[in-house]
Amino acid sequence: MTTKQPLSHLDWLEAEAIHILREVAGQCANPALLFSGGKDSLCILRLAEKAFRPGKFPFPLMHIDTGHNYQEVIDFRDLRATELGERLIVRSVEDSMKRGTVVLKTPDEPRNKHQSVTLLEAIEEFGFDCCIGGARRDEEKARAKERIMSFRDEFGQWDPKNQRPELWNLYNARSHKGENIRAFPISNWTEMDVWQYIERENLSLPSIYFSHHRDVVMRDGAIVPVNVPLADGGVVNPPKAGEEIINMQVRFRTVGDITCTAPVISDADTVSKIVLETATTTITERGATRLDDQTSDASMEQRKKEGYF
Amino acid sequence: MNTMQNTKQTQHNDSLLRFMTCGSVDDGKSTLIGRLLFDTKTILADTLTQISNTSKKRGMQAVDLSLLTDGLQAEREQGITIDVAYRYFSTGTRKYIIADAPGHEQYTRNMVTAASTANLAIILIDARRGVLTQTRRHSYLAHLVGIQHIVVAVNKMDLINYDQAVYDKICADYLAFATEIGLQRDSHDIRFIPMSALNGDMLVDRLENMPWYTGETLLEMLEKAPASDIDQCEEFRFPVQFVCRPHASSDATLHDFRGFMGRIESGDIAVGDAVTVLPNGYQSKVKAIQLGAAQLQSAQTEQSVTLLLEDEIDTSRGDMIVKTGSNIAPVKNIEAFVCWLSETPLSPARTYVIRHTTRESKAKVDVISYKIDVNTLEQQATTDLKMNDIARMSFKLAQPLMVDSYTTNRATGAFIVIDESTNNTVGAGMII
Repeated sequence: MTTKQPLSHLDWLEAEAIHILREVAGQCANPALLFSGGKDSLCILRLAEKAFRPGKFPFPLMHIDTGHNYQEVIDFRDLRATELGERLIVRSVEDSMKRGTVVLKTPDEPRNKHQSVTLLEAIEEFGFDCCIGGARRDEEKARAKERIMSFRDEFGQWDPKNQRPELWNLYNARSHKGENIRAFPISNWTEMDVWQYIERENLSLPSIYFSHHRDVVMRDGAIVPVNVPLADGGVVNPPKAGEEIINMQVRFRTVGDITCTAPVISDADTVSKIVLETATTTITERGATRLDDQTSDASMEQRKKEGYF
Repeated sequence: MNTMQNTKQTQHNDSLLRFMTCGSVDDGKSTLIGRLLFDTKTILADTLTQISNTSKKRGMQAVDLSLLTDGLQAEREQGITIDVAYRYFSTGTRKYIIADAPGHEQYTRNMVTAASTANLAIILIDARRGVLTQTRRHSYLAHLVGIQHIVVAVNKMDLINYDQAVYDKICADYLAFATEIGLQRDSHDIRFIPMSALNGDMLVDRLENMPWYTGETLLEMLEKAPASDIDQCEEFRFPVQFVCRPHASSDATLHDFRGFMGRIESGDIAVGDAVTVLPNGYQSKVKAIQLGAAQLQSAQTEQSVTLLLEDEIDTSRGDMIVKTGSNIAPVKNIEAFVCWLSETPLSPARTYVIRHTTRESKAKVDVISYKIDVNTLEQQATTDLKMNDIARMSFKLAQPLMVDSYTTNRATGAFIVIDESTNNTVGAGMII
């Protein structure tokens, strides 16, 4: 026998994620891959290529659009789907608002949590039995105990006390009609792993991940982008009275709804500079950039119980 | 403290180690994990500020590192840990995945779950209390689930004045008991370390309180332990997960493409190797090995690849490709140690589904030989199994499975039991 060399950690993580994607394909009748154009879901697209090419993906891509996404990211999403030749389904929170299933408390309320409603409606519309997502266990403590195949009941609810034990790599993605599995192929990846993989695989990303100049205000200690143009010609995040608009050099560590995602100050304009910056940062990804997770210590856990990813 | 510089390295070729920690609340398990994360600079300033505030709120003098592993709201309300949590850190040469399992007897199933993906277990002993019933339970379970490397961490040395005599006695006690349960014989690697997770003695830093201990620190042990994918059986086992037949009319070269996709669960394979597809026994040779767009000449354990064979063979998900001549045959009865995971007891009258690699079969209980008291290791006669019970038993199978014994191959020796009425995973089996 030859002496074996251990796989590098990226090779190991990649092999595990491909295995998970193929288990979804093998066990589920009608899965979908949630794709936002963000860095984590772009990694998953590359993993899906490695898992299924030269065949087509055994699932469509689906994006739940809050209507408050950066135009650069939406353009990138469409471009990537076209390049891959895969089907992209877009369902929008604004359609749920028109149907009356999403009711905002105030017009400028962040729509992130309302994605859950639109997601559940889309799952029902298409009869998806599994949604593949890019959540990672290192993101937040409510995620540290998440399964790779996470079971959701008919209301999309995650019950932390009623999850299936998950042993070895024997995943159980079975569900009854109406129930749903959420599959997380990059559960075991950290933010650093994601950036290293992007660098190694030479993946393209939406431009807002890289350093750029942007009008922002400082609000409650966070950098808040203001007057962001939307695809429909509208503008979100007007500054509040008395706030001073500053033009800052920033980048986004995470990309989501404009109203609840904050950039960080950075001059990193290449992936390798971002890898370095990630290695020396003193703030967690969500701590730095998510305005919606800071409300309470357990807010992610709460939203997951309500059907959030 | 909250402006600590993070010094994570950025190399791409680190290996990976998965380990678990076994211990009860009082053993300082959370403190140990918190200390590892903290001393390897994994904890970032905002998280530290958060737990530092919580520590102050609770009237503590110093930052309580155990808060780093504080769990879900549901758990905090009950003041207990009810589930396995996964944590990550990296040293620059290695990435680590910690499975943090609650240690109480009620949570045997969680320990088994955590152990199933771990290659090394840290078993915590409180230096003031020595080897306890729970130490026996944790050690037995780690052994049962096939963990090859055990680190016995004698913690809270600061509370016994770092007394070497006490440490030596605990080591001797543990070895005596390890010999008794066969742990020392079967598991080739048991190491001991005195430490204080609270102060940080012998975790990442050696500090100066125990000059009499000249062995490795905990982190040195972790850095030197074999990587997770090296510690495996050498027989080639390739359960087919998915068959790729693109039938692309636009590309004539793909018309006859038939790729068998899966993860190499053990061993290695090279182009030209003679293979047999089980259970049917068709024989062929490996024509090509692909990983994404890359053509490989050979592939090894844990790699997810696509195999192309020389001959057109009817193969589907659930089949297993092995090297021709390998000693494995389909069986329709399996004997195993089974840990019951569900609140609903096992019913010998019912039919279950067993999932083994990528294959499923209906199964019925054949014989329950005995169950094991995880504290005394006594064998007891039984007719049923309740949650957290472990029994030696056998199943009759509707479909043949291609199995190895768990002690020779963790991937092809393991199975889960599924209750079709709820689709829950209700049992975990290790084939004898």
